[in-house]
Amino acid sequence: MKFTGKVIKYADNVDTDVIIPARYLNTIDKKELASHCMEDLDKTFVNRVRQGDIMVAGYNFGCGSSREHAPIAIKESGISLVVAKSFARIFYRNSINIGLPILECPEAVDAISEGDMLEADLDGGVIYNKTTGKQYKTQLFPKFIQDIILGGGLVESVKKGLIK
Amino acid sequence: MGMTMTQKILAAHAGLDSVEAGQLIIADLDLVLGNDVTSPVAIAEYKKLGLDRVFDGKKVTMVMDHFAPNKDIKAAEQCKMCRDFCGKMDIENFFDVGDMGVEHAILPEKGLVVSGDVVIGADSHTCTYGALGAFSTGVGSTDMACGMATGKAWFKVPSAIKFELRGSLQGYATGKDVILHIIGMIGVDGALYKSMEFTGEGVHSLSVSDRLCMANMAIEAGGKNGIFEVDDKTIEYVRAHGCREPRVFKADDDAQYDAVYVIDLSQIKPTVAFPHLPENTRLVEEIEDIKIDQVVIGSCTNGRLEDLIAAEKIMRGKKVAKNVRCIVIPATQKIYLEAMEMGLIKSFIESGAAVSTPTCGPCLGGHMGILAKGERAVSTTNRNFVGRMGHPESEVYLASPVVAAASAITGKISHPKEVE
Repeated sequence: MKFTGKVIKYADNVDTDVIIPARYLNTIDKKELASHCMEDLDKTFVNRVRQGDIMVAGYNFGCGSSREHAPIAIKESGISLVVAKSFARIFYRNSINIGLPILECPEAVDAISEGDMLEADLDGGVIYNKTTGKQYKTQLFPKFIQDIILGGGLVESVKKGLIK
Repeated sequence: MGMTMTQKILAAHAGLDSVEAGQLIIADLDLVLGNDVTSPVAIAEYKKLGLDRVFDGKKVTMVMDHFAPNKDIKAAEQCKMCRDFCGKMDIENFFDVGDMGVEHAILPEKGLVVSGDVVIGADSHTCTYGALGAFSTGVGSTDMACGMATGKAWFKVPSAIKFELRGSLQGYATGKDVILHIIGMIGVDGALYKSMEFTGEGVHSLSVSDRLCMANMAIEAGGKNGIFEVDDKTIEYVRAHGCREPRVFKADDDAQYDAVYVIDLSQIKPTVAFPHLPENTRLVEEIEDIKIDQVVIGSCTNGRLEDLIAAEKIMRGKKVAKNVRCIVIPATQKIYLEAMEMGLIKSFIESGAAVSTPTCGPCLGGHMGILAKGERAVSTTNRNFVGRMGHPESEVYLASPVVAAASAITGKISHPKEVE
């Protein structure tokens, strides 16, 4: 899986309450959730995000509430990939389960700026910053998790008998 | 190699003799939980599987607590979707308005979790049941859907941090202060992907209520789970509430830990977490005057009977400060009733507090106590993120029930001794 997109960058500890505030959790409509994505942290996000953009953030991205509405809102907003220094564990799990591609790469995050153009290869574990010309290696997911991601998420994997 | 308490529970549920940190396993589930916010997403995913039965109707539970009693039409539709699904699937442990409570308070009370269980819940504070010696962890809605379908979930076996507790709490210090102290010490990602295992003689001095409060906030340090060594108090609690026999798992003497912290409970002092992260902790006795607009006493963290008893003792015979709204929310119907029979509800009302039916309500900025721009609340809840209780420019200070009660009386963040 390869991605190319422009960077929208945030800091450490971006919590799921700012990704999608609880006042909007009275719906499961993906488009409606996406229309409020990042609202309490960055009101400009929904207007400037473009299909394929890559979200880059610091440590502990997606901490707090288990709401799957958070990765759903990010995915539906058009973000193709999230690169962070680290992910909070429930967000990490949810992203894998719903098929929102994520990569952990602390070195890359420090050297990436808002607006940079990135290329990322999930299978090869490579992030290339086209703006600066620098390349970074990331750790590959274990095979079991790769299978869930490539299989189209957890529900599809269960259908195929990955978890019986 | 020796295993931690968590690793032993996971190995037993994966049908393996042993597991080690980092290993990916598929484990059997004793309970799958969802609430009125996360279950609708799970039900939509579940429907894609094309099944007409959950794996075991007795091992799935849904609690209508976040936006219930329904705060608006959309919330009503979400609760209805859960109600219809549980009816159709013969899920008997469906807790609705009238017999519901905040999920992590009601499940132990109803005896649905016992020591040694593996529990997943589509709610991050599912880690609460570690207080009873269960492995329980928050997951998302898709995990809940697949858990309902298969009775299994995938896990990466966590490594652990050991917290060796010594001594006993003194004065106005509570379990809430211990866990805030720990989060302040290791940070909001200090236990990321890891178990937080609480052991040592100090555990025995803590009430089950304090343990539930501490395990509840393991997620606030990024933990996968928080778990307490099982002792007589645990067994007594589980036997008094549970309908199944507890299974006791003890860490091996040679279990590996990423870090070990020794905590002297007698040194813990009333603590408050400043906006906007639970790690921003300060001692109440060291802070300047911070005026407040609202106090919330309740939630899965601190809405149990012991919490209400402690808060009422501070507030008894005194009045809530002018221009402060104090909202008390017993976490379950049973707690509400017991508090009423003990005269606590009357006392709170006479002090000028509002008492609400059980709900998560204000904790997550849902309803029943939303903050306006620039307002400040002292709350016994678990998160103080930007906008957590309302306007993005409001502020939440996390504290124990006794600090919250004292603050309600003085109108500023206060040590309980200020109102003695």
